[in-house]
Amino acid sequence: MAKPKVATTSLAGCFGCHMSLLDIDDRILKLVELVDFDKSPVDDIKEFTGRCTVGLIEGGCCNEENVHVLQDFRKHCDILISVGDCAIMGGIPAMRNTIPLKECLDEAYLNGPTVHNPGGQIPNDPEIPLLLDKVYPCHEVVKIDYHLPGCPPPADTLWEALVALLSDKPVDLPYELIKYD
Amino acid sequence: MSDKITFTIDGVEVQADPGQTILEAAEQAGVYIPRLCHHKELKPHGSCRVCTVLANGRPMASCTQPAAEGMVIENESEQVTKIRKNLIEMLFVEGNHFCMFCEKSGNCELQAQAYRHGIAAPKYPYLFPAREVDASHPDIFVDHNRCILCARCVRASKDLDGKNVFQFVGRGKDKRVAVNAKAKLADTNADVTDKALEVCPVGALLKKRVGYAVPVGERLYDHKPIGSEIEAKRS
Repeated sequence: MAKPKVATTSLAGCFGCHMSLLDIDDRILKLVELVDFDKSPVDDIKEFTGRCTVGLIEGGCCNEENVHVLQDFRKHCDILISVGDCAIMGGIPAMRNTIPLKECLDEAYLNGPTVHNPGGQIPNDPEIPLLLDKVYPCHEVVKIDYHLPGCPPPADTLWEALVALLSDKPVDLPYELIKYD
Repeated sequence: MSDKITFTIDGVEVQADPGQTILEAAEQAGVYIPRLCHHKELKPHGSCRVCTVLANGRPMASCTQPAAEGMVIENESEQVTKIRKNLIEMLFVEGNHFCMFCEKSGNCELQAQAYRHGIAAPKYPYLFPAREVDASHPDIFVDHNRCILCARCVRASKDLDGKNVFQFVGRGKDKRVAVNAKAKLADTNADVTDKALEVCPVGALLKKRVGYAVPVGERLYDHKPIGSEIEAKRS
């Protein structure tokens, strides 16, 4: 029987959650015995090659590309997991949610104390994904099946949850593995 | 003749002194009822409703409701837990609770209640309200993003500090804690040693320059759920 496939992505995140996944240390050898990685920055596969059992989402949605990738993951994955506080509540990027988008851009490209932008141009190339009005948690965009909070979630949290899911057991994490920081 | 009141919590017999609230009597018996606005040094306020129990089938705030003879209390039933979870989740979405960089994280009672109730993510949409930070005072931050309107600071300032520094203004979703001055906390007689500061359950009132002093792993709620110390007293 073919191994179940896992896909991962980082949307509006810092890759810290992926670092935490690598932090499972030598258990990563066991993990590659258990699963194959599909679309993921871990193996640099850019497009889905088929259906995946588990999709791990790091980061929330701050632009239209994030939304497209997230919808693509929903389409291709049986189980979708929000990994980390950014995926769950927007995280640090969501600090802009209380400030109008125009003000954010003006501060970043025009008014900030270290800005050098003589042309006074705010990036607006069609190649650049359009920013959303605010940063959205993943479960406000598509259906998410599990949430693993933390900044990042501890390696043990990711490991325990993945192993439980892949062996058809309930994800029942102990008190110390569910933390918001 | 004993003047004790006898009632049951989740089928277990508990004794209370006359006038004692359900929450106090439970605590004495080693039964923890989750709470946020309640603080044992302050007058009960009954505003967060996290301590809701079913008393003879009706939802009541156990921090304000006196125990009565023969009362049948549900504390950990599915229905009660669901009410509490919903309340805690609503508190998370109606403020801006960025645990990842909050100085209170690990010692925060709101966060600890979420941990205790096994909340991985709130089911309600986040509101991301625009709220202010008042850093005017030389020793104290006021971060309204994290305020859950529990009134602990209001009560402590009035009743324990004798200062009346804080009070509620506005109504409904615009309700917030204001300071007793024209504009900022710096203009009040608030002091870093005030009880009002100490009783804040979240990171809304913080001492400056002492953040992150306790390392991760050694904070109040890193290893044991909030309320464990009360449950440990259970005979």
